[in-house]
Amino acid sequence: MLAYILRRLFQSVIVLLAVGLVAFAMFRFLGDPVDNLLGQEATQEDIDRLRGELGLDRSLPAQYFGFMARAAQGDFGVSYGQGRPVVDILLERLPATLELALVSGFFAIAIGIALGVATAIRRDGFVTQSVMALSLIGVSLPTFLIGILLIYVFSVELGWLPSFGRGRTVEIGWWTTGLLTASGLKALILPAITLGLYQMTLIMRLVRSEMLEVLRQDYIRFARARGLTKRAVHFRHALVNTLVPVTTVIGLQLGSIIAFGIVTETVFQWPGLGLAFINAVQFVDIPIMAAYLLLIAVMFVVINLIVDIAYIFIDPRLRIDPQEAGA
Amino acid sequence: MRARIATALDSDFAYRFSRSPLAIVSVTVLLSLVLAAVFAPWIAPQDPFDPGALNLMNGFSPPGEANAFTGDSFWLGADEQGRDVFSTILHGMRISLFVGVFAVLFALVLGVTLGLLAGYLGGWVEAVIMRVADVQLTFPSILIAILIFGIAKGAIPVEHRDQMAIWVLIIAIGLSDWVQFARVVRGATLVEKGKEYVQAAQMVGRRPGGIMLRHILPNVLSPVLVIATISLALAIIAEATLSFLGVGAPPTQPSLGTLIRIGQGYLFSGEWWILLFPSLTLLALALSVNLLGDWLRDALNPRLK
Amino acid sequence: MSASMRPAPVLSIRDLTVEIPTRRAVLRPVDGVTYDIRAGEILGVVGESGAGKSMAGNAVSGLLDPPARIAGGEIRLQGERIDTLPPDAIRRLRGSEIGMIFQDPGSSLNPLLKIGDQLTETMHTHLTLTRREARARAVAALEEVGIPAAAERIDSYPHEFSGGMRQRVVIALALAAEPSLVIADEPTTALDVSVQAQIIALLKRLCRERGMAVMLITHDIGVIVQAADHVAVMYAGRLAEIGAVRNVIRAPRHPYTAGLLASAPASSPGARRLRQIPGAMPGLGALPAGCAFHPRCERAGPRCTADPAPTLAAEAGRAACWHPLEGGA
Repeated sequence: MLAYILRRLFQSVIVLLAVGLVAFAMFRFLGDPVDNLLGQEATQEDIDRLRGELGLDRSLPAQYFGFMARAAQGDFGVSYGQGRPVVDILLERLPATLELALVSGFFAIAIGIALGVATAIRRDGFVTQSVMALSLIGVSLPTFLIGILLIYVFSVELGWLPSFGRGRTVEIGWWTTGLLTASGLKALILPAITLGLYQMTLIMRLVRSEMLEVLRQDYIRFARARGLTKRAVHFRHALVNTLVPVTTVIGLQLGSIIAFGIVTETVFQWPGLGLAFINAVQFVDIPIMAAYLLLIAVMFVVINLIVDIAYIFIDPRLRIDPQEAGA
Repeated sequence: MRARIATALDSDFAYRFSRSPLAIVSVTVLLSLVLAAVFAPWIAPQDPFDPGALNLMNGFSPPGEANAFTGDSFWLGADEQGRDVFSTILHGMRISLFVGVFAVLFALVLGVTLGLLAGYLGGWVEAVIMRVADVQLTFPSILIAILIFGIAKGAIPVEHRDQMAIWVLIIAIGLSDWVQFARVVRGATLVEKGKEYVQAAQMVGRRPGGIMLRHILPNVLSPVLVIATISLALAIIAEATLSFLGVGAPPTQPSLGTLIRIGQGYLFSGEWWILLFPSLTLLALALSVNLLGDWLRDALNPRLK
Repeated sequence: MSASMRPAPVLSIRDLTVEIPTRRAVLRPVDGVTYDIRAGEILGVVGESGAGKSMAGNAVSGLLDPPARIAGGEIRLQGERIDTLPPDAIRRLRGSEIGMIFQDPGSSLNPLLKIGDQLTETMHTHLTLTRREARARAVAALEEVGIPAAAERIDSYPHEFSGGMRQRVVIALALAAEPSLVIADEPTTALDVSVQAQIIALLKRLCRERGMAVMLITHDIGVIVQAADHVAVMYAGRLAEIGAVRNVIRAPRHPYTAGLLASAPASSPGARRLRQIPGAMPGLGALPAGCAFHPRCERAGPRCTADPAPTLAAEAGRAACWHPLEGGA
């Protein structure tokens, strides 16, 4: 098991270095790296000094490591568009994105699992059929369309919920939260549903198919033969076995949350990292683009690693050697 | 050829198709949309890209009614520049389809080539290609497409950006999608490599390129076609999303996504038609493509029979 | 011992019929089956796959998968009718009065739960115990089925046991709430030959010690010979012959039984080819008229094609045949 963990760690480092290379290339070759770091307002002295510091006359690999070293310390340079250090901008926008991601993730997982189990236990029946039909629509529609539809119904026609922004937020130390105000919570609802809907339908369909598969297994039969109650059979035996493959999928959904997060933040003008990234792309603000890329890569790699390792603890069969057992 | 069509029409597949109302409706809707898009220049009442045909006074005309100033009426209304919404939708679909088809072609050619090379040559070539593929797969393809678009934007001088946008879009979506083709083809190539006809060709002394192209390629194509159809659906949605985000088709050559983006700005001011009709069109397109794809997957799945 | 002095049977099935309605016809995997099992006895139910033996077992425990349903007859457990009970009542019987053992021990156990937890769960469902009591009983149960170092292994997972050990765990689980009837459906089929004998010995010992009634379902007549006291031979959903094992083995009355015995490997030692009954058992949807076995029977006469063979009474050592073999054939 230790060998497996080490191998995964090694892979993760390689991925980070590779992504770092792309970010570095963007930083160095698109636009002026000195401008990137100092912003447009620098004096000639600063420029010369930095040139020397950066060692732009040094070999490329050396520059690359310099870049990565600075990035590791949180120095991503200065944004073109805003003239502020990138790291400040990112930290400012982080809470918005995280709150949105967590709330929508929670919504997707909770309702996804609940609906998945319900439609697996009652295989036929009107409710199940309609839920399945609606889920097909949920999977087919592009996220931004769902968002716009929701805005149209709940903001324009009904006027119940706001169509953009975070509402009023409360500052706690360095964090800003929208969870403590009524307007903040209201503003969170539509974006969370938009972001979470695709995940929810995915999870629901996955849970349903896994559970149907599990319910066919012999040990379920044997559990019923021992006279266990329906609840014990469905939840203690079937659900636990269903959730094992589902958790890996949930972990890997992170990618979708990031991608759809960008779209959702754009639809609702939600002031998070995704919106910052898109704006940066539109205005060719290289420092923010490079920083976002590295940040995302780190998040991915870390979460994938955690999921892989957690999986070993959930399924006891894998503790021998995950590579061999049923991979 | 005629015999093959006859067997196809007679097959199990055709039977199931004619029995499924969902499949029939999806295909009908899809075909009508595609045909409308292809023949847009001839069907559209107005060429929305010709500034000379536009009359700014027509701006914001609601659907159906005759404009108070000019007397023109537009079936689905006019946008802020006086462009007929119906025409912009038709042309927008055209652009979406164009980008989708070419992006998939690009991804296919790139992926198949790399897959063949990886599978046939093995060694470090295969290792490098597959590593890159794995790394790329850990990231969502939209992100990669946006990134490529951003890099291209940084590299291309401002004057040319709008013109190049469509091509950059094609390359961006294509580059984000090649991996699945490469993987499938590599797998199939590895299987074929061990077969006798390949060894025979090698013994006769044919060059690797020749062997790959003429012998292996035809045998690995069928799964590729299945992936290509699904990819097309995804590419169209991807294009719509990118254009909506503002990193896709520009307002001068708007696709459905761009139109929706523009329309969102008028949501509260009352010109609902600028948003609604492009949205409905995209809805119909996305739904029919997905329903058809879902049905296809079930119909072609040998396990369910 | 006269009939009136023998204790009432634990399980009593009279004329049991199970039907499966399909689009084309109504199938009858179990047709008019009658037998008893007494405490401390093992009844072997033998026949080819598809003969209806498992269906009868499922009917008794209420585990018939719809659309299969009981269409006629009676099932009595300890004298009380159970085929008419509501589902929840039957559920309570399962495990506490009726235990079941299935064929594949590998898939009978939930891979994610420790076997100790699976044992105590069954106990808590049917008996009122504290957690410590349940755990102690679980350890005792494991010891009784012959699991070494039970106190440690109670916290192991199923995949940490070998096939034979797993089946022992399954038996422990089936017996956890001390049922009076055990239905064992092909319990040794998935095991190595060497392990089969051990499991059979275990079942026999538990049956005697606890005074349980055991329905041993198998297609392997060798197992019947080793384990059972009585045997019921089934063919195409109906009983062909029933009686005490030593009688039936020495002097089978039904031609099918004779054919089964003759085709068992043990009865042709050293022979290069096993003797077979020609033809195959008909599918339930294509049963021949009259006696279901007549197309394959050497002794078939005109009556066999017209009238289905007589159904048997539970006690009789008789065969459902118009031309039964007389002893010694």
